[in-house]
Amino acid sequence: MSSAQRIMAVIRKEIIQLSRDRLTFGMIVGIPTALLLLFGYAINMDPRHLDAAFADLSATAASRQFVMDLSQSQVVDFRYRAGSAQELEELLQSGKISVGLLVPADFERRRLEDGRAAAQLLIDGSDTVVQAAATRLGQMINTSPYQYQPALLEIRTYYNPERRSPVNTVPGLIGIILTMTMVLFTAVAIVRERERGNLELLIATPVRTTELMLAKIAPYVVIGLVQVTLILVLGNLLFQVPIRGSMLDVYLLALIFIIANLAIGLAISTMARNQFQAMQLTYFILLPSILLSGFMFPFSGMPRLAQWIAELLPMTHFMRLIRGVILRGAKLEELAGELAVLGLFIVVAMTFAVRRFTKRLD
Amino acid sequence: MTQTQSHREEKTAVEVTSGLAIRARGLSKNFGKVQAVRELDLDVPKNRIYGFLGPNGSGKSTTIRMLCGLLTPSAGDITVLGWRIPEQAEALRREVGYMTQKFSLYEDLTALENLRFMANVHSLSRARRRERIESVTGRYQLEPFLRQYAGTLSGGQRQKLALAAATLHEPHLLFLDEPTSAVDPESRRGFWETLFDLVAEGTTILVSTHYMDEAERCHALAILDQGRLVAQGSPDELARSIDAKVAIVESTQPRRVSAALQKQECVVSSAQIGNTLRILLSKEASDPQELIRSAVAEAGLEIESCESAQANLEDVFVASTRGRKQP
Repeated sequence: MSSAQRIMAVIRKEIIQLSRDRLTFGMIVGIPTALLLLFGYAINMDPRHLDAAFADLSATAASRQFVMDLSQSQVVDFRYRAGSAQELEELLQSGKISVGLLVPADFERRRLEDGRAAAQLLIDGSDTVVQAAATRLGQMINTSPYQYQPALLEIRTYYNPERRSPVNTVPGLIGIILTMTMVLFTAVAIVRERERGNLELLIATPVRTTELMLAKIAPYVVIGLVQVTLILVLGNLLFQVPIRGSMLDVYLLALIFIIANLAIGLAISTMARNQFQAMQLTYFILLPSILLSGFMFPFSGMPRLAQWIAELLPMTHFMRLIRGVILRGAKLEELAGELAVLGLFIVVAMTFAVRRFTKRLD
Repeated sequence: MTQTQSHREEKTAVEVTSGLAIRARGLSKNFGKVQAVRELDLDVPKNRIYGFLGPNGSGKSTTIRMLCGLLTPSAGDITVLGWRIPEQAEALRREVGYMTQKFSLYEDLTALENLRFMANVHSLSRARRRERIESVTGRYQLEPFLRQYAGTLSGGQRQKLALAAATLHEPHLLFLDEPTSAVDPESRRGFWETLFDLVAEGTTILVSTHYMDEAERCHALAILDQGRLVAQGSPDELARSIDAKVAIVESTQPRRVSAALQKQECVVSSAQIGNTLRILLSKEASDPQELIRSAVAEAGLEIESCESAQANLEDVFVASTRGRKQP
């Protein structure tokens, strides 16, 4: 009874303080919106409209048709028309184009011959993303009817057939945003009280460690869920990200992930001496979460060691869970293993925080 | 869990009846190589104002923090209100109030919100909370700034608020760590009057200070220097039992006389008050007046008068902190 009263007292105090802290309040709404717009619009791993030029030395009806078809793919925008291969290279060198198409004079003859490329694609490889996109363009030529060859492999993309980046990014972005804000908020929570001198008074009162820890994370659970809603609504309105699984599952998943992050934040808070240290430690979690979780780069392509490190991050497990539920429409029962791992994170981090925090100054 | 709980709730029987609020033996605290507190023996009687007098860094705060269980002693035994500290610190926390040296309530909460928070943290019932907040608001004249952010209060207002918050749950024992360091003299006077009100109601108060006038108002005090207890007793007792002699010297050249006297082996200190000098001499000086006169004459200076005087608390403080030759 008195324990509940103490917990409520601390929660109420946290909420009052939060409502008066404009910076934190702004971060709650600002970070998700900014990141969503950034990743949704600006960062695109599947670029279109690459600047390009072509040199049609063949100048036949078929070659003109070929150039036209490529430009309709929207991967390249032909901005220049070059007269020779050398001119194409100059354009590439000066950075005016990323892709150059050379249609040789004997295009008609070459394309009827087996084992010989009919045309040449000059690609600026200094940007790997551009390179990858242009290489796919090359494959398109090879598998196109111009070769009069059946494609060796028919590729069918499931779940995101249009290859739109936001569809893949937004669910993962929920995880990144929650990691960033939830860990940071609680990492700072106890350190701030220590810095301002409040902690010395607080630990001289009958508030117990567990009560303090629970009360510190409770308000942020609600804030985390508000953020999830914000991302889902914006993601759906701006990028038409579908939610194929059940909404309840999405929130349940988010809830568990939020608590895991808050617990980690608390653990950080008991280790850091000041707010600056707490923030640095937060980035120690955040950066690998962005890079190794499979959010930015495919998990399967990483070296074994990186994969092991990634398994130690809640974000990696959340990534699999949330993509599963939102994009594949998977049920939570099918993902029980990953859920259990998240639960384990909560138990370990919370125990660590409660153990480490003593109501002592030494 | 329940077994350890009941074990922890048990007060040590001896202390309950002894009439002592705090008893400490051989209390020491080291921070790395620094000995902040050394072998302190303390007996703080119930229902009194007990003062810690000492210069900055003498171990006052460290001792208070150990007594309320916030720091673990490196050595020694502590019993506070019958609880063994630090083992039973959690049980003690319900019975004591603690006012930290630095203002430690929440600056982004209003005075009233801070009081409500502290009342709830101490598990006061709704009715009692209202009654107690009303009571401390009246006693410490908090009414005009109840709805003001604590961070915007003046030093005196903050101090009243902090004392109000520390006494909400009517503790038997109050720890006040330099409570008046950021307060004007007028507020300090008022503050001490309220402390005596609390004592009249049965509270024991342990207060640390470096103000002599405050120390003089304590029932009993301990003078600390470099972590050591150098004197203990009531201000009167301390002044009477001082092992030093005091002389008042009047001169037209006080600075030069003072400089000449301080070269003497027996002179512990010399303090100028207007045109007179208050000279503190060690007990070995058999005839202080003769010693002063000859020392002054030797330096080729003149004095108008030289009389012996009654020692006061400041003399005790100076004698016990500066007189002791450092090892």
